[in-house]
Amino acid sequence: MSQQILAEVEKSSLKADVQPFDIGDTVDVHTKILEGNKERIQIFSGVVIARSGSGTREMFVVRRIVAGEGVERKFPVHSPRIDKIEVKRKSVVRRAKLYFLRERSGKAVRLKERRG
Amino acid sequence: MTKGILGRKVGMTQIFLADGTAVPVTVIEAGPCSVLQIRTVDRDGYESVQLGFGSKPRRLAARSERGHVAKLDSKRRKKLSAAGVEVLAKADCDPPRFIRELRGAANGLEVGKQITVDVLNGCEAVDVIGYTKGCGYQGAMKRHGFKGQRATHGVKKVHRHMGGTGALASNRGGGRMKKGKKMPGQYGNERVTMRNLKVARIDSDKNLLLVRGGIPGPAGAYVIVRETNKVGS
Repeated sequence: MSQQILAEVEKSSLKADVQPFDIGDTVDVHTKILEGNKERIQIFSGVVIARSGSGTREMFVVRRIVAGEGVERKFPVHSPRIDKIEVKRKSVVRRAKLYFLRERSGKAVRLKERRG
Repeated sequence: MTKGILGRKVGMTQIFLADGTAVPVTVIEAGPCSVLQIRTVDRDGYESVQLGFGSKPRRLAARSERGHVAKLDSKRRKKLSAAGVEVLAKADCDPPRFIRELRGAANGLEVGKQITVDVLNGCEAVDVIGYTKGCGYQGAMKRHGFKGQRATHGVKKVHRHMGGTGALASNRGGGRMKKGKKMPGQYGNERVTMRNLKVARIDSDKNLLLVRGGIPGPAGAYVIVRETNKVGS
């Protein structure tokens, strides 16, 4: 009973139309950013290396390389600040968490593309 | 009556505000409560309103509990009414699980009326009163946050003990120990008031109240919610 009530409460904060994406996908995350009074869209693109949690607490981690330095950003899937998530490329991965990419650099970071 | 209501802790979750801030909230199933009794200065010496929340099945409710909320047809009652003793007004509801009084004059409330979470409409912050989770008999480290003793340097099997309790240690030479010296003992299961919790949302259709942050007790625990008495918040 309690869990049902909690699920109902969470429902109000969940997005109905979350773009489906998988681990290993290269995505563009469009985030809304407030600059003064103006709202602007900023894009963070990289590889989804983890997804965790459930309900409103569901998060995903996007990793990219900026100027030779690995940068990871963690987003709440249902955050109203995320405008949309665009999948650019899907790839073949065999695990749910791609933390091994952190130890790799250069060509070794590449993931094989999944087609079809 | 103080603006307030009885309820049950459902659990914690997270919601997003319109601007994207994630807020940790506790969900409280607040009300509906029936007014069971009005205490007056004339009759009881003080003013308050007795509320009941939840409902007990008949098998769990003693006769006195059932008689508190409804008129029972009994021989004794008949005798009393024959003698001219007036029956107090009854709420005419199921025997409640949780009964508490909220202080203050009734202000138009009558026995049998329902109070919903709407009474808290317009409240920015509330106080939540409940009983913390009982942890049983705990040592001084867990109960009071003592540091314990060293792992080495001659410490013998007293690593989690409190320090000295001699009069010198606890009272600077008073000849006896200070009253209230922090020691191991029962931890938790005590009445706690969490004050000034911000109201995140009120859902009157589902009788839900969402407050920011945590409240005492396990999920399913009964709590009293009232408008905060904290000033200057």
